[in-house]
Amino acid sequence: MPKDGGIGASSKRREDIRFLTGEGNYTDDINLRGQAYVFFLRSDIAHGTINSIDTSAAEGMPGVVKVFTAADFEGVGSIPCGWQVTDKHGEVMQEPAHPVLASGKVRHVGEPMAAVVAETLEQARDAAEAIEVDISELPAVVDMKNALKPDAPKVHDDLKSNLCYDWGFVEENKAAVEDAFQKAAHVTTLELRNNRLVANPMEPRVAVGDFARGTGDHTLYTTSQNPHVIRLLMGAFVLGIPEHKLRVVAPDVGGGFGTKIFHYQEEAFVTFAAKACNRPIKWTSSRTEAFMSDAHGRDHVTTIQLALDAENNFTALRTDTHANMGAYLSTFAPSVPTWLHGTLMAGNYRTPLIYVNVKAVFTNTVPVDAYRGAGRPEATFQLERVIDKAAIELGVDAVALRRQNFITEFPYATPVAVEYDTGDYVATMDKLTEIADLAGFDARRKESEARGKLRGLGVNCYIEACGIAPSKLVGQLGARAGLFESATVRVNATGGLVVMTGSHSHGQGHETSFAQVVASMIGIDENMIEIVHGDTANTPMGMGTYGSRSIAVGGSAMVRATEKIIAKAKKIASHLLEASESDIELKDGAFSVAGTDKSVAWGDVTLAAYVPHNYPLDDIEPGLEETAFYDPSNFTYPSGAYACEVEVDRDTGQVTIERFAAADDFGNIINPMIVSGQVHGGIAQGIGQALLENCAYDENGQLLSASYMDYAMPRAYDMPFFNVDHSCQTPCTHNPLGVKGCGEAGAIGSPPAVVGAVVDALRSAGKDVTHIDMPLSPSRVWAAMQ
Amino acid sequence: MTQVSMTVNGKQASGDVEGRTLLVQFLRDAQGLTGSHVGCDTSQCGACVVHVDGQAVKACTMLALEAEGAQVSTIEGQANADGSLNVIQQAFQDHHGLQCGFCTPGMVMSAAALLKDNPKPTEADVRDYLEGNICRCTGYHNIVKAILAASGQDVSAIAAE
Repeated sequence: MPKDGGIGASSKRREDIRFLTGEGNYTDDINLRGQAYVFFLRSDIAHGTINSIDTSAAEGMPGVVKVFTAADFEGVGSIPCGWQVTDKHGEVMQEPAHPVLASGKVRHVGEPMAAVVAETLEQARDAAEAIEVDISELPAVVDMKNALKPDAPKVHDDLKSNLCYDWGFVEENKAAVEDAFQKAAHVTTLELRNNRLVANPMEPRVAVGDFARGTGDHTLYTTSQNPHVIRLLMGAFVLGIPEHKLRVVAPDVGGGFGTKIFHYQEEAFVTFAAKACNRPIKWTSSRTEAFMSDAHGRDHVTTIQLALDAENNFTALRTDTHANMGAYLSTFAPSVPTWLHGTLMAGNYRTPLIYVNVKAVFTNTVPVDAYRGAGRPEATFQLERVIDKAAIELGVDAVALRRQNFITEFPYATPVAVEYDTGDYVATMDKLTEIADLAGFDARRKESEARGKLRGLGVNCYIEACGIAPSKLVGQLGARAGLFESATVRVNATGGLVVMTGSHSHGQGHETSFAQVVASMIGIDENMIEIVHGDTANTPMGMGTYGSRSIAVGGSAMVRATEKIIAKAKKIASHLLEASESDIELKDGAFSVAGTDKSVAWGDVTLAAYVPHNYPLDDIEPGLEETAFYDPSNFTYPSGAYACEVEVDRDTGQVTIERFAAADDFGNIINPMIVSGQVHGGIAQGIGQALLENCAYDENGQLLSASYMDYAMPRAYDMPFFNVDHSCQTPCTHNPLGVKGCGEAGAIGSPPAVVGAVVDALRSAGKDVTHIDMPLSPSRVWAAMQ
Repeated sequence: MTQVSMTVNGKQASGDVEGRTLLVQFLRDAQGLTGSHVGCDTSQCGACVVHVDGQAVKACTMLALEAEGAQVSTIEGQANADGSLNVIQQAFQDHHGLQCGFCTPGMVMSAAALLKDNPKPTEADVRDYLEGNICRCTGYHNIVKAILAASGQDVSAIAAE
C-alpha cells in the first residue's frame, strides 16, 4: 500500500512549488549591487604558441573596467587535480599545470586566453573582439593512438609524452589471465568506442565573485554540485584564501550530471577579479561556451576479450582501453577510467580472473571527466556487449548465458578488489522478464515485420559502485580528499528542525526525501523539517553530491546526527517524566515511559531544551543541536536488468525505441516517485548516448558539435514511456538506511540494451552484424545493413 | 537606448533597451522576472518560452522592442490568484514532471499553449509539440504524463513508478 508520509512514501516534492512558479533562485538569477560582467576570449584553435596578446585597444573601449591575461595571474596556483593515479610500473601519473588563463600555449578550442571585465556583458563582448592575439598554430593531436606515437606533437612540452599513465589492474593477475586465455575453449574479442559526450545540464555554468574590502571576505556563487569542494580546491590550491574567509554558495542548480563537480577556471577568475576590481564580477556561460569548456564525458576506445570454457562458463576477461583525458586533468579525471571502471569489470558474473589495462592520453581537446555513471557505464557497456557477441558466436541464448554465470552468493569478493555486500541478479532478471513481457517479444516482432519494420530485443545486466566512498580506501588509491559526508540537525524550541547537509540537490529532491527520513525517525510531520544545503556558511564541511552518494553517505550522516538528537531528547524526557532513561520510548512524536500511560510530546521536550527551567542542567547542556560525519565502510552495489525493444526502418536505418523496461535493485527506497524519476532520466541519457549524442572533433581539433544545432539532445519524441520497477530490494548491509543509490543506474544499464536491440533487429534480417559503435545514427545502421 | 513598454502578467512594464536587447533579457534583467531561463544560444532549448499576445514564443528569439505594446505572460503569472498552482503546474507536481526545475517554466508555458489549441492531445501530440523544449533530467516520461493529466485524461495506465 502507498504510504502517506515518511520513508517509503511518494511524497510530492516541496521544491517544486518555487520551480513551477518561477521563484527558483539559480546562480544567474543573482545580481549584486555594482556588478560588472566578464567575457572570456577563448581560443578558436586547438594547439598553438601564444606569441603576444595586445589588449590596448580593448582597454579603451566603452565600459571596460579591466582586461586580464595570464600575466595578471603570476603567483596564482594551478587548477588542481583531485586524484593521483599510480601506473603499473609504480610511477605517478604525469600531471601538467592548468593555468586560469592560457599561458604560453593554447591546448584546446575554448581555452580562455584573456578576459574582459566591463560594465555590461555586451560591452565586454565587444571589447574582446578588439583584443589582438598572435598565435603560431601547432599540429594538434586528437586521436588517442596517434597521440601516443613517438613523433606525435606534445600537448605539454614539459611532460615526457602524451601518456598520462599506463595503468594495470590487477597487475598480479596478469600472468594467470594470460594462462586462462591459452586454455580457453572459446575467446570472444570485441573492439568498441564509448563515444564522447557532453553532460549538458540545461542550466549553463555561472559564477559570480564578490569581495568585501572592509572584512576581507570573499564570496563565490557558483553552479556546483559540491560547494565545499570548490572552497577547498580553489581556496587552498589556486588563490590562497583560507576557508574562513571564503564562502561558496551553490543555490538552486539546474542539473549537474557530473560536470558541475569540478573546479573550473571561471570560478577562480571571478573570485580573483572581484578583489582586483573591487566589485562583484559575473560570468554566465553561453551554451556554445559550455560545449567547449564544461568537462566532457566517456571517450574510451577499448578492446575486450572474454574467455569461456567448454561449458560456457566465463573463465577470464581482459580489456585494453585508451581513455581520453583532454588537454588538462580535470578534478577527478584520472579516477574515472581506473578505479571507477576497472573495479566494476566483474559485473554481475563469476569471472575468476580479470586484467584491465588503461592508457590515459592527453589530446588537444576539452578535458574529460565524470559524466553520469563515470567509468561504470564504460565498464558495463564493454562487458555486456562482449557477452552478447559471445552468445552469437556460440549460438546460445544471451540471457541464459548471463544467468549461467551470475554471482549468486553474497558477500562476493571480485577479482578486481571490491566486495559486493548484497544483490540478487536472478531476481532482477526474473522481474525484468515479467515486466518487459519477454515472452511476448516474438509476437511483437511478427507484428512489426508485418508492417515492414525490423524489430530487435536487447537485454543486459549492470552493476555499479555507489555511495562514494570509504576515505581510507580511496586515499590508498590516490584520492586527495576524504569522501565522508556531514549533517547538522538543529532542533528549534517549538519542535521544528533544520537539517544542514553537505550533500547538494540539483534535481534529486533532497529537500523532500531527506525530510522523509528524519520525519520517520522522530515520528513528526515532514513539514516540520527543513533541509538546508548549498552554502558553506551554514552547512558543515561536506563533499557534495555525485556518484549516487547523497542518500547512502549524506543520508547516513543525517541519520547519525538525528540519532544523537533522539538520544539527548530521551535524557530530557526522562527528566520531565521522572523515569529512567532506559524506559523512555519515542513513538509518533511522543516520549513515553514503557508500560505506563505517562508521556511527553516532542514539542515539550524541545521547548525544555531551550527554556531549561525544569532541566537536568547538571548532566547535559541546554539546546538541541547535533552534528555527525559519516564515512562509509564500503561502496554500495545497485544492480539490475534492462530490456530494450527497437524498430529499425529497413530503408533509412532509423531506429525507434518501442519499449524499455528496467528492473533495478536499489536496496531500501525512501521516495519511490523520486527514484523512478531518477531512473527515467538516466535511461534517457543512456538512450541519448546510444542513438543520438556524439561530441565530434575534426583532425585539427576543431569542435564540430558546439551547439544544439549539431549535438543531438534527446527530445520528447525520441523517448517512449519507460517501465521501471524497483521492487527487488536487497538492502545494503553497511549503512543505517540500507540504501544503495539510484542516480546513475539508468545511464549505466541502458546503452548496451539499445545497441543489443539494434544488432538483434539487423540479425533478424540475416545481417551478419555483431556490434555497431554508438551513436547508432541512421547512416551507421543503414551502412551496417548493406 | 530606446524606451519600450508592454504589459507583463497584467502589469505595465517599461524600460530603456538597446536595439539588440532580447525580450528574455528585458524580462530577466530589467523586470526581475528571472523565471524565464536561458539554456542555449540557438533558440532550441525552450527554457525561455513565454506567451506574447497569446502565442507561445521563445523569448530569446524576439527583440524586446518587437514586444512594444504586447500582452506578455510569463511563468510568474501562471499561478491562481490565491497563489496556489494552476492545473498544469499542479499536474507537474503531482506527476513529478520536473527535477532540477530549469526547463520547467518553458515546459509549463509550452504545455499551456498546447492545451489551449489542443485540449485533449494524444501522447504523440504532446511529444511532437515539445520538440522545442529540452529537458535533461526527466526523460520526458513524467512531463508527458503530467500534460496528459492536466488535459483531464486518465493517466493511471501509464507506468506510475
